[in-house]
Amino acid sequence: MAQTQTARQAGGTPLVELRDISIAFGGVQAVDAVSLDLYPGEVVGLLGHNGAGKSTLIKILSGAYKKDSGEILINGERVEIDSPADARRHNIETIYQTLALADNLDAASNLFLGRELTTPLGFVDDAKMEAETRKILAKLNPNFRKFSEPVSALSGGQRQSVAIARAVYFNAKILIMDEPTAALGVHETKMVADLIHELKAQGLGIFLISHDTREMMELCDRVSVMKNGQMIGTERVEDVTEDDILSMIIMGKNPKREPVPA
Amino acid sequence: MTDHTSNTATDNVAAHGGQGPRRGNLFARFVGATELDTRLLGMVGALALIWVGFHVYGELANGFGAFLTPRNLWNLTVQTSSIGIMACGMVLVIITRNIDLSVGSILGFCAIIMGVVQVNILPQYLGLGHPLIWIIAILCGLAIGTAIGAFHGALIAYGRIPAFIVTLGGLLVWRGAAFLVARGETISPVDPTFSLLGGGPYGSIGAVGSWIVGIIGCVAVIGLIAFGRRQRVRFHFPLRPIWAEAVLAALGCAVVIGAVQLVNAYYWPSGIVRRYAEAEGITVPEGGLEISHGFAIPVLILLAVAIVMSVVMRMTRFGRYVYAIGGNPEAAELAGINSRMMTVKIFAIMGFLAGLSAVVASARLNSATNALGELDELFVIAAAVIGGTSLAGGIGTIYGAILGALVMQSLQTGMVLVGFDAAMQRVVVGGVLVLAVWLDILYRRRSK
Repeated sequence: MAQTQTARQAGGTPLVELRDISIAFGGVQAVDAVSLDLYPGEVVGLLGHNGAGKSTLIKILSGAYKKDSGEILINGERVEIDSPADARRHNIETIYQTLALADNLDAASNLFLGRELTTPLGFVDDAKMEAETRKILAKLNPNFRKFSEPVSALSGGQRQSVAIARAVYFNAKILIMDEPTAALGVHETKMVADLIHELKAQGLGIFLISHDTREMMELCDRVSVMKNGQMIGTERVEDVTEDDILSMIIMGKNPKREPVPA
Repeated sequence: MTDHTSNTATDNVAAHGGQGPRRGNLFARFVGATELDTRLLGMVGALALIWVGFHVYGELANGFGAFLTPRNLWNLTVQTSSIGIMACGMVLVIITRNIDLSVGSILGFCAIIMGVVQVNILPQYLGLGHPLIWIIAILCGLAIGTAIGAFHGALIAYGRIPAFIVTLGGLLVWRGAAFLVARGETISPVDPTFSLLGGGPYGSIGAVGSWIVGIIGCVAVIGLIAFGRRQRVRFHFPLRPIWAEAVLAALGCAVVIGAVQLVNAYYWPSGIVRRYAEAEGITVPEGGLEISHGFAIPVLILLAVAIVMSVVMRMTRFGRYVYAIGGNPEAAELAGINSRMMTVKIFAIMGFLAGLSAVVASARLNSATNALGELDELFVIAAAVIGGTSLAGGIGTIYGAILGALVMQSLQTGMVLVGFDAAMQRVVVGGVLVLAVWLDILYRRRSK
């Protein structure tokens, strides 16, 4: 955390800068001129009710949705992210709430989906991919055994491991985690928390979405609260209490910055 | 190895070490150790049941079992070719949660176009019997089939029209177009070289050729098993026991050699032998001349399609994406797969294969009619579904579809042999389709 603050305090370039991002679906303004930044080695939490626009905002960053207006800067440079492939090119990896796994494929095929390892002849190298998958999952989840079964046969935690492995395998610089612990037990939640600390130490920037305010206070450096597509405020966790955050979520007002601009 | 198109109990067993379960009876141990797909075994069993059933029924009812004869089985393989070729494409279409009702009509349209090209157009410019005629005609047919398929795919992917509607429209449009092109006439006879692609005594590769194919087949079986084992050793994956590998190799080779012996045991009819002998200036000896048919060319075409498509599905990114789109379209998109382009490509492949089937079907008939391939779409879909392709998407194999086509054709042939009329045949085929899918659903539920 100290390292993060120095990076931010030193006025370094943010890893990601979202400026005035807006998107509308039909008549609904799902994200309304939201700005947010993320520094290397920092975890920024996104909080808000269902439908507040958190997932939509990060799906714009991960290339799943195209923004209507606004700018995305990566390392200070303006980039266009029009597809998931674009996001991956900028080392942005996402763990979706739904995990986005193809249930009929095994762990290795899912891990490398869209980025298959190939033999010199251009065929997919299943053996190599399985070997790599075994290696990374041995680190993330030593109990993982079911390598040759479709992921539909795996438990929630095991499926989560596959989704996480996919995000961290490809040297992500920016990691987006949409409710990574929602489906997990206590032990597995702890494993995810440890992983977040480790990735942070490696200098990754992480956007974390969760409904669990206490968990967010522990894991994040800063938290941002959204409501009805708008950014209510972003605060360092040291500066706010859990109650402050809750009132931001519920009231849509930032108690630290009263009065709220209408 | 990775596509897991059939999530079976075997896979569970295989995952836990591959040495096979210590418990269970001999059969379970055998299946576990060889990692054979129990679903595949079930289909082979069903096929054997149909074959033996019709044979025995024929013996009891008519005093003559005509099914398990080299002649009938040879014919069966030829009749399966056209449906089998298209079923290979239908698997991809159904895996990606689409359907193609237009394949029979595309077949008819391509056949008419190829007929017109080789009978009415090209001879004017190249002269009758020019060696390029059949090649140009086939290229036209394949190109048109591919183009129609790609067009359907584009309407589905970019126009967002449901595949059912696009291809239902296609079913009517291309059948009508086939009629318009030839004003309903039958175009015949086709180019002599072209007609060889439909099979028949001259359209088969004979005993020596069949043995060569058989030897290549055996080498391939052993090579694949050896290569698989080497890969597993390389990455320290659990190995199959040596005896299981040996049994698999022996089984594979036995099937190949058996097939060669079967097609070689079917000799040319004496009339054709006589004409052939006259043309070649050979005198036919006392006991008659035994000339083996060997593998028919359309069967070899089906074999080639099956091998290429299996490689595509199992070993290429394209195949992996087909399964991924079927398993979870949203995940596939998020993984950067362009699923719209994939849909266009998949329907283009389906169209290409319908064009190829048109070659086989019209060559076999030695003519092109606008009714060629009518109702084929239903048989092709039935073949794919009986072969284990799930209409819910994500699951299906090429070999399954071909086995499915063989089951459908075996039923048809068998019923003709034992003297069922056309109405009864439809009743049985329809019933079997529903029954097969129901059994499959039960099987999948149990293995979960």
